[in-house]
Parts: sequence; C-alpha cells; structure tokens
Amino acid sequence: MYRHFVIFLKIPENSTLQTVDFSKLLCYIKIVIIRIEVMQPMALSFFGGVHPKGYKELSCEVPILPFCPKTVSIAMSQHIGRPCTPLVKIGDRVSVGQKIGDGEGLCVPVHASVSGTVIAVELRPTPSGTDGMCVVIESDGRDTLCPDIHKRESIAELTGEELTAIIREAGITGMGGAGFPTNVKISSGLGKVDTVIVNGAECEPYITSDDRLMREAPEKIAGGIRIIQKILQPERTAVGIEKNKAKAIAAMQAALPGDVELLPLRVRYPQGAEKQLIQTVTGRCVPPGGLPAAVGCAVFNVATCAAIYDAVYEGMPLVRRAVTVTGRAIARPSNFSVPIGTLYSDLIEAAGGFSSEPYKILCGGPMMGIAQHTLACGTIKGNNALTCFSQADNHEVEVPHCIRCGKCLDVCPMHLMPLQLQRARQKGDLAALEKGNVMDCIECGSCAYNCPAGIHLVQSFRTAKKMLRDAKAKEAVK
Amino acid sequence: MKYEATNLTVSSSPHAHSKNSTAVIMRDVCIALLPALIAAIRFFGWRALTLTMLSVAGCVFFEWGFRKLMKKDCTVGDWSAVVTGMLIAFVCPVTLPFWTILVADLFAIVLVKQLFGGIGMNIVNPALAARAFLFSWPSLMSGSWVRPGTAISAFSTPSAQVLDGLTSATPMAALAENTLSAESLLDLFLGNIGGSLGEVSAAALLLGGIYLLLRRVISVRIPLAYLGTVAVLTVLFPLGGNDCLDWMLCQLLSGGLMLGAIFMATDYTTSPVTHGGQIAYGIGCGVLTVLFRYFGSYVEGVTYAILIMNCCIGFFDKLGVPKRFGLVRQKKKGGADE
Ligand code: SF4
Ligand code: SF4
Repeated sequence: MYRHFVIFLKIPENSTLQTVDFSKLLCYIKIVIIRIEVMQPMALSFFGGVHPKGYKELSCEVPILPFCPKTVSIAMSQHIGRPCTPLVKIGDRVSVGQKIGDGEGLCVPVHASVSGTVIAVELRPTPSGTDGMCVVIESDGRDTLCPDIHKRESIAELTGEELTAIIREAGITGMGGAGFPTNVKISSGLGKVDTVIVNGAECEPYITSDDRLMREAPEKIAGGIRIIQKILQPERTAVGIEKNKAKAIAAMQAALPGDVELLPLRVRYPQGAEKQLIQTVTGRCVPPGGLPAAVGCAVFNVATCAAIYDAVYEGMPLVRRAVTVTGRAIARPSNFSVPIGTLYSDLIEAAGGFSSEPYKILCGGPMMGIAQHTLACGTIKGNNALTCFSQADNHEVEVPHCIRCGKCLDVCPMHLMPLQLQRARQKGDLAALEKGNVMDCIECGSCAYNCPAGIHLVQSFRTAKKMLRDAKAKEAVK
Repeated sequence: MKYEATNLTVSSSPHAHSKNSTAVIMRDVCIALLPALIAAIRFFGWRALTLTMLSVAGCVFFEWGFRKLMKKDCTVGDWSAVVTGMLIAFVCPVTLPFWTILVADLFAIVLVKQLFGGIGMNIVNPALAARAFLFSWPSLMSGSWVRPGTAISAFSTPSAQVLDGLTSATPMAALAENTLSAESLLDLFLGNIGGSLGEVSAAALLLGGIYLLLRRVISVRIPLAYLGTVAVLTVLFPLGGNDCLDWMLCQLLSGGLMLGAIFMATDYTTSPVTHGGQIAYGIGCGVLTVLFRYFGSYVEGVTYAILIMNCCIGFFDKLGVPKRFGLVRQKKKGGADE
C-alpha cells in the first residue's frame, strides 16, 4: 500500500514535465525507487501492539559469560507436551550431554547439563509455579563430556529424516518461550512450508540474550538456518530482527548466506509473537486455532537455530542456553551461558545479588514472564531471562474500574475486544466468551499493559479459557 | 542458597504497565479544558471561574459522599468528578445562581453516574444530562445569555432586572430564525459572543482538542465524523437563502457544537469503543444535531443529539466489531490482507 502512496505523492511534483530537465526527473525517479526499496519490508505490519520501555541498555553490552553452578535441578517437564521419565537414580554418575530423561509422544529427551552425581530425583519447584519431577545433579566441576558425543564434519550425506532425528535426540525445543518440540514442528511442516522465518525480534523488554547471541555467534545461527533449509526446502527464508538491535543486524548480515533475507522490523511489542511475525513478514494470517504450517510458514527462534547447529555439527544436545539476568533490583545485569537447571538463586548471586528489595522475580520478561514465588527453581530450555523487579516497578491498582476507553481494543494484535471479554467473564457468560473468540488470545499482555484502569485482563482471559475448556470437556463426557 | 527471597509478589503477566492511568487521562482532559476557561474569564469576568470551581467542588464532594455512604471504595482520586464538574459549569450561563449549579452537580453525580455503578457504568453523559435537567428551569438557562465583555464580579449573582440590560441574542438564536448572526466569523471563532460559559470560544476548545489528540486521550474519529457530518449537511442544505459556506461556518462555530464534539461525544464511558462504531456514532451525532437545529423547538440540538446517541452505543459497538484474526486469508490465498 505504501508503495502506491509514494508514487502517488511524487508524480504530481513532476507534473510540469516540460520545464523539468531530464536529469532532475531521473533523480526523482531514483528517489522513488530507493524509497520503495527501503520501505518494502515495512509495507506489511500487524494491527495493534504497544511500545513498552525496553530497558535493554541494562544488559545489552555485557557479553555472554559461561557460568558453572555447583548444583543443577533439571525439570523433567521442559516444554508443552508430556514430561520425561527419569532414566537415572540417586547416586548415578552422569556426564555432560548424557540422556537423563526421555518419553513417548509429544516429548523430547532431557540431558545432564553438568557432570557429577545425581543427588535427588524428586518433586521440586519449577518455573511454571508448580512442583514437578526434577533430577538434581551435584557438579564435580570438571564438565566431562559424554563419550557418545561426536563432531560431524559434513552433513551432505544426511537426509532430512536423519537430521530431524538428531534434533529430537538433542532435546531441542523452541527457545523463545512456548517451547514446542522443534522436531515436531519440522516434521509437521514437511511439504507444507514455503517460508521459513527466523525470529530474532526479541520484542520483550529487558531481555538481551538473543541480541547477544546474534552478535557473538551469528555463524552458528546461520549454520542452523542452513540445516533447517536442507530439511524443509523452503522457497524463502527470512530473518526478522527489531531495528533497535543495529549491532545484531550488522553481525547477522555478515554471517548470513545470500539466499536468506534479513528484515529489520519495526520496534513494537509483540513483534516476535509467532502469528504477528508471520503476518509482518508474509502478510498471511494464521487461521484461528491453526498452526503456522497452515499458511506455509515455520518460525524458529535464533537460539533454537544455534542449538540445532550445535546438535548437528558438534553432536552436543541442548544443555546450555543464554539467559539474561536483569531488572532494576539486580546489582549487575548480565548475560550468562548457563547449564539447563541452574538455580535462580545462583544466577542472582552471579549477577551481583540484589541492589534493592526484590518485588517480583520473573521467569522471562515483563510482558509474558511467569512470576516466581521461590528462587529454588532451575532454568528450563525456554527460559531466556530472569527479570527482577524492585518496588519501583509496582503498578497495582487497588480497585480497578473499567472506564470503557477502548485502549485495550486499540492494541490487541489478535483483533479481540478485551473489555467485552472481561465483562463476559465477570458475568460467567460462556456463550459471549466463545463468540468473542477468547480462545484466539495469545496472552501477549498488550491490552493489560495499555489499560489505564489497571485491570488484570490477561489473568481474566486465562480463567475464561479454562472455563471454556472445562465446559467443553464436560459436554464431551455427556 | 545465598539468595532466598521471601515476600515475592506473584501475579499474572503482564508485569509491566504503561504510565497511563485513569487519573492521568482525566487530568489531561482538565488541562485541555483550561483554555476555554481562560477565554470564559476573559469574556464574562471572574464569576466564570468561581462558578466552575464551585461546580468542581460540588461534584467531588457528592462523589466522595455517595461512595462513602454506600460503603464503596473512594473514586475521587481518578479525577473524573473534576471533569464532570468543569463540563457542567461550561454548559451553563455564567449568571446561573450558585445553588442551581450544586443541584445540577448532585443530579449528575448521584443520579446519572453513581446510581448506575460509578465510573464506566453510566449510560448517558452526566454533564449533558445535567444540562438537560437544567432546561426544566428555562428562565435560568435560555434567555439569560449575557453579552461578552460584561465582566461579572466573582461572587455576585445579577438580579433579573440587571440581567435584562446585559443579555444579547446568541448566534444560535439567530440561526434558529434562519439568519446569520450579527457577529463576524472571527468573533464567533474567538468566542466574543453570547452563550454558555465554556462553549463560546471555538478557538480555545480546538486548542484543547489538539492537546487531547497529541496526548492520545481521544482519537480524531468521533470529533471529525461529528463535525464533518454537520459541515456537509449544512453546506448542502443552507436555510434562509444564506450563502452555504457562511451558513456552514456559523453552524459549526456557534452553540455547543465544538464543546460537544470534542469533549462530550468523546466521553469514554458513553461512546463506542470500536473504531467503525466510533465513526458511525460521530456521523449519527452530526445528523441528529442538524435535524434538531433545523426542525426542533429548542435552539440547541447538541445536547439531545448526544444524549440520544449515548443510549445506542451497544448497537454502534456491534457495527464495528473487528474482523477475526486469520479469517481474511481464506478468500485471498497467500496474498496480503487488507
Ligand atoms: S486480548 Fe489477548 S491477544 Fe489481545 S492484547 Fe490482550 S492478551 Fe494480547
Ligand atoms: S483499556 Fe481498560 S479501562 Fe479501557 S476499556 Fe479496556 S479494560 Fe476498560
């Protein structure tokens, strides 16, 4: 649309063609063409969204430092789907990369992230807020590699199926948040996907782990993208990075192969949400309840791509990831490469401890992160940050009253009407909730962020979704 | 474990919040109303200020008192009562007896707003309802529009005889007789005319409107649709053989149209939230205003036009329900939507 607009704007300027000398006209045409080229990635966009303050400057210049904890508590449930069954027992010696849990169905294995001794296999707190089965390993500090780990020089002779199997065995899940098993995503997209999108948007405030990864290891990400291309054979591959990460864009530009587009994206939350990213890059809208493959797309996080590279070339399963420890309650906001299962208390200590009394501690960023009640949890595969808020970040309103301002509706990227849904939920009106498409809500939090009255809209919709699901289940039983 | 945190707050995401709050928005509306208040003081003397202050105090007091009486949480801190107080004063003649405005405040806050559940729940705009209510004393409301430039001192209420000497016909009254007002368009624009306290200066109101737009308190949809509709209808159907442009500008600049379009019709609680609905609502307000002005027995159509439209926002909201995400594509496979 913008393209037409520019041409429309420019032509009248040359309406007195006889009086304009030809070189000037050429100049104008060139300007128009340059504009079109510059603006092309911007031509598509998504509706709504908000601009929360980024606070990325707290940690974006701190390199990713390796961190070696004394104990790790590795949850058997790392992603949506089935939890793994532990394969080790108390007293077993394990080495880095050794499989310690596996399962059937929608489930990928979990590996030991440090070498040492298993000291407990029991229920422990997990970042989701509930207790879950965890394998607790005391590190011997040597990080001995599992003997099964072998490097690969070339992948030319591997087939797509073999590569997908390697990715499964390496326990790779989406590392941007939701954590869907990557091998399932790949196999469900086989033959349907014509566009592979690599997500480096990192639109959540505070978090800088993907930014640092793109700056420090762009060639790994590029290698991972090659592997995905080899399996899925897409017509188009695009990497989307928000424009505020200029250094990451430059580093990726240098490392990416020529057939991969790099799209600088507008800085707007939730630019990195799967459906919104697809809409921005391709203009396609994932149908309600559908998967990206339904519109021929597959989205992979940059950290996932790097993990795929490690798994295929280094033979290394997913045992470490970059985590940003940040927030205004943290003394030295930093980025660490930490073994999966590192305890939050250790991470906070490594980042210099608290600079002020913590008010909230979030697994993830402030928009979609999960508030923690204890620091005894270990990190999981989709855990990109630990954000610690101080009292200064407290925005609670005691008794919120909706003023019908419509500001929630103005920003909902899923075209919902949050205030109507909220009223329906309060009344317990299931039919209205269903009609209002509450199930489409991606829980991005834009509405609640923008609501001047401070209403807990997202919480309300989570409850509403559960109410609907329960009602459906009941009906099915009948 | 070295770091053990107790006292952590656990709540649902999102944990970040924009700086906007109801109080900030309402305060912005008050700030946007200030130019019009200054214009009123300039044209009508200090009584404009005392009347406004009294009305604000009355609204805040009634809001506080009622919530207290009903043992509900106190909502005075959200500044919405202040906005209502200012708006009520703005739609009254500057010579209104002080007790009357307190009655209007009581009516607006208790009957129109709090009995329906308080902020966000009322059906019609409290300030406009109060104005309609005051019309039940026609002697107080119409026929007592003092000439601009009659500085009335802060605490006096002119008696009926004195008033007679001060009043002048308003441009609205002239328009009702299908004649253009005697004042120049510039006077109309600046507000050097007779009329309600805060309505007269279109320039000051527009300034406030621009402030609200810049602060993103309101969007242009409702005011533009409203004013645009009135402009189009009046330019197409000028009455009394007047020049259509003059007629249109006179219509736009006189009476309560500017105040209504910028501050009353955009009231959050009583206007639609969907974008399509807002445009339709603005057009509806415009059509009704022109109908009332052309065919009604009251000279001023804005109040009733907006009040009537207030009652239909449920319908307008349905008109503009956003398209469900992802349904567009089924028609245009693979293409860009919209
Ligand atoms: S309703 Fe759901 S999808 Fe829409 S803004 Fe709110 S959280 Fe995001
Ligand atoms: S943003 Fe909040 S106050 Fe405004 S309409 Fe939505 S829920 Fe109500």
